Amino acid sequence: MTDLEAFRAEARAWVRENAPKSLWGTSGSGPFDGYWGGSKCEESDPDVLRWRDLGIEKSWTAPAWPEEYAGGGLSRQQENIIHAEMKAIGVPRPVAGQGLAMFGPVLLQYGNDAQRAQHLTGIARGEVRWCQGYSEPNAGSDLANLQLKAVREGDELVLNGQKIWTSHADLSDWIYCLTRTDPNAPKKQMGISVILVDLDTPGITVRRIDLISGYSPFCETFFDNVRVPAGNLVGTENEGWTIAKAILGHERSSIGRSIARQPGSAQREVVARARKHLAVPKGAIPDPLLRDEIAALGMLEEAFHLTLARIQQSAESGTPGPEGSITKIVGSELKQRRFELGMQVAGTQGLGWEGPGFDEDDLQYTRDWLRSRASTIEGGSSEIQKNIVSKRVLGLPEVKK
Amino acid sequence: MTEDRAPFLLLNEEQEMLSKTAQDFIRERAPAARIRSFRDSNDEVGFSRELWNEMAELGWLGLQIPERYEGMGLGFFDLSVVLEQSGRELMPEPFVSTLLLGTQALLLGGNEEQKMALLPGIADGETLITIGYEEAGGRGGLSKPATVAKKSRGGFEISGEKRQILDGHLADRIIVSAATSDTGYTLFLIDPAQSGVAVTRQFRMDGLNAAIVRLDCLPVTSDAVVGELDMGAALLEAVLDRASVGLAAQMLGASEQAFADTIDYIKEREQFGVPIGSFQALQHRAVSVYTDIALTRSVVLAAARAIDELPDEVPRLASLAKAMASETFMHAAKEAIQMHGGIGVTDAHDIGFYMKRAQATYMTFGMPSQHRQRWAGLHGY
Repeated sequence: MTDLEAFRAEARAWVRENAPKSLWGTSGSGPFDGYWGGSKCEESDPDVLRWRDLGIEKSWTAPAWPEEYAGGGLSRQQENIIHAEMKAIGVPRPVAGQGLAMFGPVLLQYGNDAQRAQHLTGIARGEVRWCQGYSEPNAGSDLANLQLKAVREGDELVLNGQKIWTSHADLSDWIYCLTRTDPNAPKKQMGISVILVDLDTPGITVRRIDLISGYSPFCETFFDNVRVPAGNLVGTENEGWTIAKAILGHERSSIGRSIARQPGSAQREVVARARKHLAVPKGAIPDPLLRDEIAALGMLEEAFHLTLARIQQSAESGTPGPEGSITKIVGSELKQRRFELGMQVAGTQGLGWEGPGFDEDDLQYTRDWLRSRASTIEGGSSEIQKNIVSKRVLGLPEVKK
Repeated sequence: MTEDRAPFLLLNEEQEMLSKTAQDFIRERAPAARIRSFRDSNDEVGFSRELWNEMAELGWLGLQIPERYEGMGLGFFDLSVVLEQSGRELMPEPFVSTLLLGTQALLLGGNEEQKMALLPGIADGETLITIGYEEAGGRGGLSKPATVAKKSRGGFEISGEKRQILDGHLADRIIVSAATSDTGYTLFLIDPAQSGVAVTRQFRMDGLNAAIVRLDCLPVTSDAVVGELDMGAALLEAVLDRASVGLAAQMLGASEQAFADTIDYIKEREQFGVPIGSFQALQHRAVSVYTDIALTRSVVLAAARAIDELPDEVPRLASLAKAMASETFMHAAKEAIQMHGGIGVTDAHDIGFYMKRAQATYMTFGMPSQHRQRWAGLHGY
């Protein structure tokens, strides 16, 4: 047995022994699925909290981070194995979210010792929750057009402006922001810096945005003369675009993966809804056109999972291919097709918003369908993803402006 | 299957090398333009026997054939590596007939004597073998054939007509399906040189070679049965699953080549003073083809691996691979022609051959919609 195989056996045994049974089969085990923590967290499920504590005790909330920051000091391969073992039984990671999946790795790469010491342990222990301040009203797909101003005054940076689509800003403790530190830079990608802001700082207002689904994780965050220590700037001043791109690349592959859920689950879900709403408790669904559409969905789902597996295998073998670039495009499309079909089979029972005549599952499904319309927009629209693949993978010439 | 339990989807070092060698060899020796010259010269064979023999010497024809039958004793996965490359240049050599249909039928259903007699010749390129299961009036696939094998003294007498038998014009042996009872049919191994067999060559748009074979009271002994009497449907289904996966590997290669040629073209072709590949309308559609190819690669590799290692998964994954490869190849071929513009619809350009093969392969071994219906059934709905 190789070392990794031995480690897999160890990880499997530990996960299966310790993960509370009530959490089994509840999760696709993606990086954003599970307990997000932070000081404003109101989680009360004792099993979720116990799983968090066991993860912290084992140092497996951030398996590949250095031990001095409450990480496990393990390799990336070992971390992959731990997460795969959680996924195999459908339990969430003990702590999930932005801090672990996106901000922490960036701080490890670009932050200084003081920043790492200040922030990483709190993330790994689920005590401090982070959100991301990227988009602005005039900086969506054209992210580099951002205008949140940060001006140096002595030992402080003073921030003025607005962020939008700041997911869970109302539940977070800190935000990492892309800011404009040099408004006179010759290119808009220059003059951008990453600044860390405590959301309790005076001058910050957070307002929730309701989506068409009726609720949402998204907020607007306003900065009115917000003063933070100059030491909160990460990396080199005015060179934050590099960091921003690194995070975005990571975000897109994570989103693709986190959409994945359990293999076969989209097909099972739609078949179950068809059985319920078309009164076909078992056997073949009589409508061959509907069967065809569900099968097409199931095939796409299986192909997506096999492709994720292939990407993971080639990353593990040390020669990652370019396919990682398509996971967000395919994953978000798969998600939308799943909900479209799930709505279609429900007929008019899918039209409920609230109140009598509709059951909880159907009401929730309708909201989830509406929410799924955002999946090809958030985290980089499919059009932006295609621009990136076109340029970086296919090597097609840049669009002439 | 979960990601960590998914079949291994990468090529090992030897397979990478095999893939590279095959790609170089085929690009140099077997460009797709050959389809045009075979057609225009009314070539009697329709492919190159010399090339077939050379590939036998390279060991490619016997990759999957066990060593006791003078093959290399490797897996279907290894064979699919070569098949993918053969697809890139639309090779008309008898891969599908001999290595997929005939060989798989022998491996899955042949008795020791049949295997001993035929597999060594297949591995060294001498023997061509195929299966005839399509008939007039759209009969084909797994349904019961109109061709009948009547019991007679010492065996059977077969009568009927099979159409579009791939490489039937040259095959040394043909396996034909014939009804042997009210419900079942049987696969028989026949020698087309026997009297009672009439072979008529057919010409197809896609450059593959085929024939009509008429059997008129052809006498065969019971030694000619492949597999078990009346159990032809199950055997043929298993053979067609493997053939579908192998064909899907060829379709994957063909899609990749058509796409690569198209990307090269739109980088160079200028209109309005810029390369047309700088237009977003083309770029996004190109990414869509790229995405389909990446997904198809995963399912083809998984299905090929399953044939070697996960037999229970083969029907499901074979239908997945055939359905997706069909849609992807069609998508890639249509976009290839559209993006090539006017030149793409001329006979002088090779890209049109990809369109023809895309349509032919789409219809071979079941259309995507048929495989989706089967998939639904296999998943219990």
